[in-house]
Amino acid sequence: MTNQSSVLPFERPKAAQAETRPLMEARNITKYLGGKLILDQVSLSLNKGEFKVLIGPSGSGKSTLLQCLHFLLIPDKGDVLLEGKSAMDMSHKNICAFRQEIGMIFQDFNLFDHLTAKDNVAIALRKVKKWSKDQALSKARDELDKVGLADKAELYPAQLSGGQKQRVSIARAMAMEPKLMLLDEPTSALDPELIGEVLNVVANLAKGGMTMLMVTHQIGFARHLVHEINFMENGRVIESGHPESLLANPASRTAMFCARLSELTGNQ
Amino acid sequence: MNTWEFYSKILIPALNQGLWLSLLIIVPSAGLGIVIGVLAGAGRAAGPNWLKGLLDLYVSIFRGTPLVVQLTMWYYGLPSVSRFLGSLMAPLGLPDFTWKFLVFSPYVASVVAFTLCSGAYQSEYIRGAILSMKKGQFQAAKSLGFTNSQTFWYITAPVAIRRALHGCGNEIIYLIKYSSLALLVTIQELTGKSSALASYYFRPLECYLLTALYYLALVSLATFLLSWLEKKLHVPGLGQAKSL
Repeated sequence: MTNQSSVLPFERPKAAQAETRPLMEARNITKYLGGKLILDQVSLSLNKGEFKVLIGPSGSGKSTLLQCLHFLLIPDKGDVLLEGKSAMDMSHKNICAFRQEIGMIFQDFNLFDHLTAKDNVAIALRKVKKWSKDQALSKARDELDKVGLADKAELYPAQLSGGQKQRVSIARAMAMEPKLMLLDEPTSALDPELIGEVLNVVANLAKGGMTMLMVTHQIGFARHLVHEINFMENGRVIESGHPESLLANPASRTAMFCARLSELTGNQ
Repeated sequence: MNTWEFYSKILIPALNQGLWLSLLIIVPSAGLGIVIGVLAGAGRAAGPNWLKGLLDLYVSIFRGTPLVVQLTMWYYGLPSVSRFLGSLMAPLGLPDFTWKFLVFSPYVASVVAFTLCSGAYQSEYIRGAILSMKKGQFQAAKSLGFTNSQTFWYITAPVAIRRALHGCGNEIIYLIKYSSLALLVTIQELTGKSSALASYYFRPLECYLLTALYYLALVSLATFLLSWLEKKLHVPGLGQAKSL
């Protein structure tokens, strides 16, 4: 097993079953980029408290799907619904309000270079949510404390390690109290020894019942923690299911892909 | 009159007067130039296409023609335009003075010329700084719910200002020196005074050498202020080359 599995000494939380409608739903999303079909009628839903992962070869459309769900890219066709409300055809102001409800974690952190860790967390609270400076900074300190970085609050991004930067970016997203989090390969820009600290934070979010959709290649981490694996290829979700059942079936595309990954990386 | 008296009684008092006039031209031109540069630079980097086209035209005219030509146009050229437009208005019974605002005093002509020329150059530094922003910064801002204008003011501007600081400072240093062109529109600023004295007293070497020292002092002061500002705005990892 990988070293990451040791950070998960708890039961997989149960997702809420009674919800009548999913927290977030993507219906037949189609997206072209540069004239090329990237997403081909992808549908996906997330119930409250569910933790799903997207895996698949590079270029399969995973990141594009996350960005469409967050309206960082506008889908060409299809619909994105948050708590049953469609996000298509919204005004700029409403799209901005929609994005506040969803946290996004990027592969290369995207911290604001000119702000300290605490200001990175506080700025959206102050400028977008219009909190007072004191309120925002005290919330920022709380969130940094939750990711174990209370002592780094005054440092600038250039003074933090990759793992610390990613934890600040998680604190920044969580400070907005999003309804769900989208994580786009949060550990793939990190040195191997820094991956654990970030996965630990993600595991804590899962433990707290956060609804999450994560693109990752950390299969060892995913298989023990998530409710569903979605395998993407050529812009479509071609397999989805419980991690154990997908990975147990050697004929599944997911199992073959993961076997190939572990061959390459020596994991598992 | 001995040499010492020439310096202390004539040259230095005259140059001090000239220095004062030079500052009266340089400071507002530099300030307004920055304002125009920021607006034009932001418009060229992120504005709609029609605005980009308009601002590109402005920059290509004011960067593409000699400043001497621009300055003489503002001062000597515009009155003719004013007269011409006035003559068009006269048959319509409109009062002639409508176009008098196009006749600039030497001072206004210089400040207008230097501001517009400086602004054109400044806009290029600002535009470059904005375009060099990493795409991820905008994505992060969007993902937190920032509107486009919030993103500009709270994310783009603070970084762009730091990135553009060196270039903008450079342009201000140029401005200090090209302010001497104001002598062409009869302003007795630093260079104007000095050239008048040099030909009257036949002492070109002393007059121009001392004038050069005055400019050197002005530029040194500007350099000092800029590096102070640079330190004040310093953020680790921004505005400095990564050590290899």
